[in-house]
Amino acid sequence: MNSMPASYIWFIPLLPFAGFLINGTLGRRLPRVVVSSVALFFTAVPAALVAWLWATMCTASAPSSVDSVIRPYGYDWINITGLHVDFAFTVDHLTLIMLAVVTGVGFLIHIYSVGYMAHEEGYWRFFAYLNLFMFFMSVLVLAANFLLLFVGWEGVGLCSYLLIGFYFKKTSAAVAGKKAFIVNRVGDFGFLLAMFLLIVHFGSLSFKEVFATLAQNPEWQQQGAHFLPAIALLLLLGAAGKSAQIPLYIWLPDAMEGPTPVSALIHAATMVTAGVYMVARCHPLFDSSPLALTVVAVIGAATAIVAASIGMVQHDIKRVLAYSTISQLGYMFLACGMGAYAAGIFHLLTHAFFKALLFLAAGSVIHALSGEQDMRNMGGLWRKIPVTFWTMTAGVFAIAGIPPFAGFFSKDEILYRTFTSSNPLHIVLWLVGLLTAGLTSFYMYRLWFKTFFGEQRTKQSGDGYPHSVHESSWIMLLPLVILAVLSVIGGWIGIPAALGGNNGIEHFLDPVFANSAANEAVTASGHGLELVLALISVLVAVAGFYFAYLFYYEKPGTASALAQHNPATYKLVKNKYMVDELYSAFLITPLLMFTRGVLELMVDQGLVNGSGAVAGATTRGLAWITRKQISGNIRSYAGWLAIGAAAVITAMVFGDALKGLL
Amino acid sequence: MNIDPIILTLIVFFPLAGALLLALLPDRGRTMQWAALAVTLVTLGLTLHLPFHYSYASPAGSFQFEQNVPWISAPAIRYHLGVDGLSMWLMVLTGLLAPLGVLISWRAVDSRKKLFYVLFLLQQVAMMGIFASLDMFLYYAFWEMSLVPMTLLIATFGRSEYRRRAAIKYFLYAFIPSALLLVAMLWLYAQTGTFDLPKLAALAAGNAISPNTTALWLASLGFLVAFSVKVPVFPLHGWLVDAIAEAPTAAVMVLAGKTALYSMMRFSLAIFPEQSHRVAPLMIALAAIGIVYGGLLALVQHDLKKLAAYSTLGQLSFIVLGIFSFTVAGLDGGIYQILNESLAGAAFFMLLGLLYERYGSYDMRQYGGLAQKLPWVVTMFVLVSLSIIGLPMLNSFVGEFLILSGSMQSGFAHHHLWTAVAATGVILSAAYMLRMIQRVFYCELGTKSQAVTAWDLDAREHLALWPMVALFLTMGVASPLWMRAIDSFGAAAASRLASVQCTAPTETPSLPTTSGGVH
Repeated sequence: MNSMPASYIWFIPLLPFAGFLINGTLGRRLPRVVVSSVALFFTAVPAALVAWLWATMCTASAPSSVDSVIRPYGYDWINITGLHVDFAFTVDHLTLIMLAVVTGVGFLIHIYSVGYMAHEEGYWRFFAYLNLFMFFMSVLVLAANFLLLFVGWEGVGLCSYLLIGFYFKKTSAAVAGKKAFIVNRVGDFGFLLAMFLLIVHFGSLSFKEVFATLAQNPEWQQQGAHFLPAIALLLLLGAAGKSAQIPLYIWLPDAMEGPTPVSALIHAATMVTAGVYMVARCHPLFDSSPLALTVVAVIGAATAIVAASIGMVQHDIKRVLAYSTISQLGYMFLACGMGAYAAGIFHLLTHAFFKALLFLAAGSVIHALSGEQDMRNMGGLWRKIPVTFWTMTAGVFAIAGIPPFAGFFSKDEILYRTFTSSNPLHIVLWLVGLLTAGLTSFYMYRLWFKTFFGEQRTKQSGDGYPHSVHESSWIMLLPLVILAVLSVIGGWIGIPAALGGNNGIEHFLDPVFANSAANEAVTASGHGLELVLALISVLVAVAGFYFAYLFYYEKPGTASALAQHNPATYKLVKNKYMVDELYSAFLITPLLMFTRGVLELMVDQGLVNGSGAVAGATTRGLAWITRKQISGNIRSYAGWLAIGAAAVITAMVFGDALKGLL
Repeated sequence: MNIDPIILTLIVFFPLAGALLLALLPDRGRTMQWAALAVTLVTLGLTLHLPFHYSYASPAGSFQFEQNVPWISAPAIRYHLGVDGLSMWLMVLTGLLAPLGVLISWRAVDSRKKLFYVLFLLQQVAMMGIFASLDMFLYYAFWEMSLVPMTLLIATFGRSEYRRRAAIKYFLYAFIPSALLLVAMLWLYAQTGTFDLPKLAALAAGNAISPNTTALWLASLGFLVAFSVKVPVFPLHGWLVDAIAEAPTAAVMVLAGKTALYSMMRFSLAIFPEQSHRVAPLMIALAAIGIVYGGLLALVQHDLKKLAAYSTLGQLSFIVLGIFSFTVAGLDGGIYQILNESLAGAAFFMLLGLLYERYGSYDMRQYGGLAQKLPWVVTMFVLVSLSIIGLPMLNSFVGEFLILSGSMQSGFAHHHLWTAVAATGVILSAAYMLRMIQRVFYCELGTKSQAVTAWDLDAREHLALWPMVALFLTMGVASPLWMRAIDSFGAAAASRLASVQCTAPTETPSLPTTSGGVH
């Protein structure tokens, strides 16, 4: 096959944008079948292009990256003295993986949505936003400079806002969308400051130029230049916003107000992984600062375990998955913090498969139960919706880390790399990661048992229970099946050498991360250790399964007994450690009270309008004079002023002439 | 026919001729609207002559389309007009906003239309004159002239019984500092014997205006205070909220910002470079505080116009920050942001105005759920909000990004801190705009939205809003089209100011590359 011309890369984002324009402007008047055809066509072609690009890039003679710049009107995007920013795309192996996830999983979720949204109002709006998301997400992963990445970054945030608030009549949905956008903006604040520092110290925003400058100035790192950790930590703040890490994770659980395909696409498979991608993309900056790397790892590990613990006690099936997503993203950050970027990206890839699958399957369950999301009202469904059950089972086993499912390999790789890392905290972080693996396995099997096994707890609907539960249509099941297959075999591309594989994904990403310091250290340690560690993590996963089996299948009621035994702990976890409440009580409420009480009443109405006391007195004085003279009519007052001013000006201008006359 | 030498005169005085025409026409039916629309469209056409015949390659610091004839021999006052990269697009902007203002007032103003449109056109004359004048005396005449029509517009066409108070407040706030400006100008004339701006700037560059540093200081403050009140810069914004709350939409669109920000760059920085340097850290601090202050106060308003007023304060503070960073990025971004802020702000006020036309209220608590009823209105509101929020690929992002990056590059003390403080503006703007959208358009139907049956955008409103949206997009992705001219001014001004920095002994220059981290 011919290699793909570099300029074709531009079609990958621009085609979905065309789809957005068509559906966004005309969609309201088009029949649904046309709307969905447009949306599918404009996402299928980019997926095909990505496949072609992949084939091009993987030939033996292919360069390690392909660049393409466009100047549609003859100039850069931003072009001032001292700063140029281009519309520039670059594709390397990291981009390829991201593109595959975005366009591939994205296309599958588009297919699913055709069925899932079939009966919803605002069908055209949904697909327009979804295509717009594909546009921005492709821009994000293709960008060759920080600013263009930021375009995608903010753009996906916008789509997330619009799609979370898709059911905008519901107050909770409208509020959740707003919250997501604002919390993300806190992260973007960090991202922006990082870019400003980059401009100051590197004079450029292009990835290539920044990293080249960094490589040319090793003395910066040796002399401990403050700006390197500052930039890395500010970028991390941005990443923490987008990827829902501590302290900015609070928006993601609420984001579940959006339609389920949105949760699968944006809030599981693609957008929320943008932070991980950004950290991996900027790895030279993070590598240059051990402090920043350690912070990345600690935040990742802390987020992983905190979110997993909350996930254990949620009843809403989508919320369990949301906390699970936060927790798994924490794993990816942990990997990046250990310098094991390839392992992080590997987990990003497998997670995209199984988490998208889990969400879509959960959507299928919800669909089957006509909107029911509470697991306490499910149970015993496995015979009723077998395809959903079996595909979801693949997802559950994958995330729990049972070999040979996809999640096992990527998660195990992260734990192994953590254990063997040279970071002083590595044992602690590994233990946290291992514990999280156990909790993950526990809450996922809890979800599995509560949803599909045991007695049927479904509420009686009007026409009776047995009729209302129905398997979804083939258009929803097809993506489920494909993702289930990927969740089973997706991990095989990264089987470690210790298990007889060849670490394929790591070698694939070598051109991107080859310079990363942590990369070399590992290969030295033996295979024996790796096998032991793998065995431990499998045992932990099985233990999680066992407890879930015990609590929710063998002896249902154990869990609630346990909860009653430790009411304080249970309540604290159940209420998500009160973090939302803490933010509200210590940050938002005081800020608003300060604004209303001090700024508005004292400063604005007191000082500003009161320093105006002088002006005010003058006003009254003048008004009094005016009233005396021209009966307080403001218009004539101003008219007099105008005439007076005109007279003065005339006198000054024509003064000479007048003097001459006299 | 080559109209280059007289184009500026045509632009400035065509609206005046139009105003006279309107005064003579009978105020019947829609005559006033159509006549005003025709006049403003012709003016817009005239202003468009500028960018198409501008010589982009000409050396920075030179003026184009100049017209320079002696007017009065003693005192030496010349009729000197000219534009450069700073003023050219501002004139086009002023040309563009006028017909949109007429379109949006079509139904909103239905009594005393003649007075309204005559004043509206006079206001445009004054603004065009301010941007085109290179003789300080001529400039001052237009500057003073701009106060009168605006005051009368607020006093006559304000929405509530407080309109006269707001008008007097506006007038006094603008008039008293202008008197100081006049004194400072006359002092300058006494020292140098010229009102001509290029000559004054050349003298200033040679440090040859006056040996009396105290007097120079006072004169520079006279300029700066007059402009700062008119922008307004925090905490001199006492007039802004009342004036915006009262003024009719078309007047609000051109009320704040542009002319005074332009004047800061044209006069304060050029004539008083050293004094500007000394005062810059203060202005940067006030700008950063103004951004946060405006954002926070916008966050707690229920009145949509007050929200917009505080939002305007925050947005204008961004521009002040950029100007006083004295960096290329800051100045370029500042000038570009004047255009963006004017467009986005004007569009925002237009939308608020048409909401008021339909429902008769600016209280957001009475709204809610409008997205179900007015899909086009909500689309426009969201687009305008995104522009104000600074979403990349829309216009304001380019300006804000350059301003903040310029501020980070500036050599003044604590620039990291103030940049970080100013950058919180991106969080606050998102918070108050999205809060507004949620309250007005999402959730359940509110009292007003339930009680009143309203129509979605009509053709005239589409016509007024789409040019804005088109500009948001093109200015977001194709900034160099505008920046070509702007950058020639920004780069020249920044290098001129940098050369002053070396001679100013009180400055503590810190090379950007030697400092790092955020305080």
